[in-house]
Amino acid sequence: MSELVRSLRTFTAARIGLQAAGQSLATREILQLAQDHALARDAVHATFDTEQLRAELVAMGHTVHEVQSLAADRATYLRRPDFGRQLSPETTTSLAAHWASIQAPGSPPPAVVVVIADGLSAAAPVAHAAALLRELSALARRRWTSVPVVLARQARVALGDAVGAALKARLVLVLIGERPGMSAHDSLGAYLTYAPHPGRTDAERNCVSNIRPQGLGYAQAAHHLHWLVEQALTRGVTGIELKDESGVGPLHIGAPPANIGA
Amino acid sequence: MDRLGFFDKIGYAHSLAGTNWRFASLRELLAKASPLRSGDLLAGVAACSAAERVAAQCALAEVPLRQFLSEAVVPYEQDDVTRLCIDTHDFAAFAPVAHFTVGDFRNWLLGPAADTPALTVLAPGLLPEMVAAVSKLMRLQDLILVARKCSVITRFRNTVGLPGHLAVRLQPNHPTDDLRGIAAATLDGLLLGSGDAVIGINPAGDDLQTFIGLWQMLDELIQRYEIPTQSCVLTHVTQQLRGIEAGAPVDLVFQSIGGTEATNASFGVTLSLLQEAREAALSLGRGTVGNHVMYFETGQGSALSANAHHDVDQQTIEARAYGVARHFQPFLVNSVVGFIGPEYLYDGKQIIRAGLEDHFCGKLLGVPHGVDICHTTHAEADFDDMDTLLTLLGTAGVNFIMGIPGADDVMLNYQSTSFHDALYVRELLGLKRAPEFAQWLEGVQLAGRDGRLLPATAEHPLLSMMTPRKHP
Repeated sequence: MSELVRSLRTFTAARIGLQAAGQSLATREILQLAQDHALARDAVHATFDTEQLRAELVAMGHTVHEVQSLAADRATYLRRPDFGRQLSPETTTSLAAHWASIQAPGSPPPAVVVVIADGLSAAAPVAHAAALLRELSALARRRWTSVPVVLARQARVALGDAVGAALKARLVLVLIGERPGMSAHDSLGAYLTYAPHPGRTDAERNCVSNIRPQGLGYAQAAHHLHWLVEQALTRGVTGIELKDESGVGPLHIGAPPANIGA
Repeated sequence: MDRLGFFDKIGYAHSLAGTNWRFASLRELLAKASPLRSGDLLAGVAACSAAERVAAQCALAEVPLRQFLSEAVVPYEQDDVTRLCIDTHDFAAFAPVAHFTVGDFRNWLLGPAADTPALTVLAPGLLPEMVAAVSKLMRLQDLILVARKCSVITRFRNTVGLPGHLAVRLQPNHPTDDLRGIAAATLDGLLLGSGDAVIGINPAGDDLQTFIGLWQMLDELIQRYEIPTQSCVLTHVTQQLRGIEAGAPVDLVFQSIGGTEATNASFGVTLSLLQEAREAALSLGRGTVGNHVMYFETGQGSALSANAHHDVDQQTIEARAYGVARHFQPFLVNSVVGFIGPEYLYDGKQIIRAGLEDHFCGKLLGVPHGVDICHTTHAEADFDDMDTLLTLLGTAGVNFIMGIPGADDVMLNYQSTSFHDALYVRELLGLKRAPEFAQWLEGVQLAGRDGRLLPATAEHPLLSMMTPRKHP
């Protein structure tokens, strides 16, 4: 019977039709659960290895700068979400200096800044952020090709507000690792905030989640994001007042924002 | 009243090893007396040391229960939850314990006078803060022993909460609300004997037409196979009201609630909106054996995450949420204990304690309490911790738990309990299903008289649920 139910897995990724031992789970099922749990746990605690990502982004034509939140390590990050939303004093200074150094005097602030953050899964931005930006560039070269990128460690979504405010950007796009689950440990979430400044609430953001090849693919995610970004810049708003009407199919919502460790 | 005036002037104090610890208010005393958890540290309300914590517990043990009637932890003028609890407090029911301190109350609860009938009569006489206070003086064994003496029985199409029984919410979530995917997980759960508490879907989307499709599918399933259970689509209460207006077959109405007016505002609800929803659900008259129509979910930390905690500790606020729940005579109240993350409950130890506290407080206040025994991957917890809490809550007489394929919710991305976990705790503790549902399982030959599962054949009629019924 469990084999028959298992065949219904064509309809769902849920773990239906598990093999039993007595009324408990069979050894192979227990070990499969243990493996998937272990991968997710390791993903939470993995270090954000930015070296390759940075090289890729520079090769694509982006300026790249790294910042760190007030949370000095993972243990603090997990206990103090408020620290993960603020820039460390050192990186506040270095970000300003970096921005001044690459800006021609008198030039306007950027329309869009992209923050690529580890969030709760550093594997997600490493695996998917550059590929997603490549798709965005393919859609609208002028908007995305030389957009400034900031890599952020021990960061929550709202750290983007601090970065966006420091650069006086009109809009910040945060690409961040979502909380790993047992069925996906490297999902990327994308959050848009118009007129970013510390104190923005989640109701003032738009979110596209579960970005990964087995979830919402790069091309489809880029379509949604491009549409949302252009609308946000035109209408001057993000959040509940901006509904996704991009017409590129239903948005794959992997998990409500509350689960993403915002 | 002299004694109350005394507390108002000097607050609360206890001397320990040469240090005189002082606590300015009942609110501060409760927070400092609360067993350690990350959410109270995050809020800055926790005790600064083990000594301060136990001093607070000693001082709390000396506080008369009557003090809770005159010193609110969230001001009466500022908060409708405080007003609801005070205004509906049953002083006659309170009389048997009115002369106790918190410490006396713990002693009484553990004694033979506090039997099931006495505790049932007492419930409307207790304020949430009294119950939270006594829980802070209790070890896990106390929380289990007293909760087991409480009995809160509710009815809709079946009966949940009978002594020696345990129900399961079948939770067949799907990341895109795909009807066939949800049906496949529902079938898996029913074949494994789950689904008596409710078949309850957390939808991924926010579209009324999708919700109506889900309500219709579950209603057709329940009618076609004559399953004595109820359905629920766990979306915002306003969407469920729209569904009822549109003629959708709504059984239970769901809403997340919290223990302060501002927390409820962050969920987009008011007490009058909950009342309106309950009346709308009652008007449909869909229950067959009873009229408990509400399903509430709660969880320690929701008030702080909404910045609506008024410097009250998260466990006391959580108990106040049950004060809200009981007013609406719910069918199910579910504390989603490990869902919110490690900034509120850091590890398995904190999750286990919180789950048992919530169940104890809910039951003592007269709430039909179940627990979503769960964790997220960023908490320091694993399935061993879940097994521990499941076993302890089974012994404590929890009304219901969750049933999810493999304990892995592929929509909400967290780990709860599985259909097999439910079978384990039934086998271990001899816990029966809701009687109407057990009879149905036996009738369709999925379980024997002893409740043990029978092997279903490939010809079992239930399998035809994967092929939609042809309408004439």
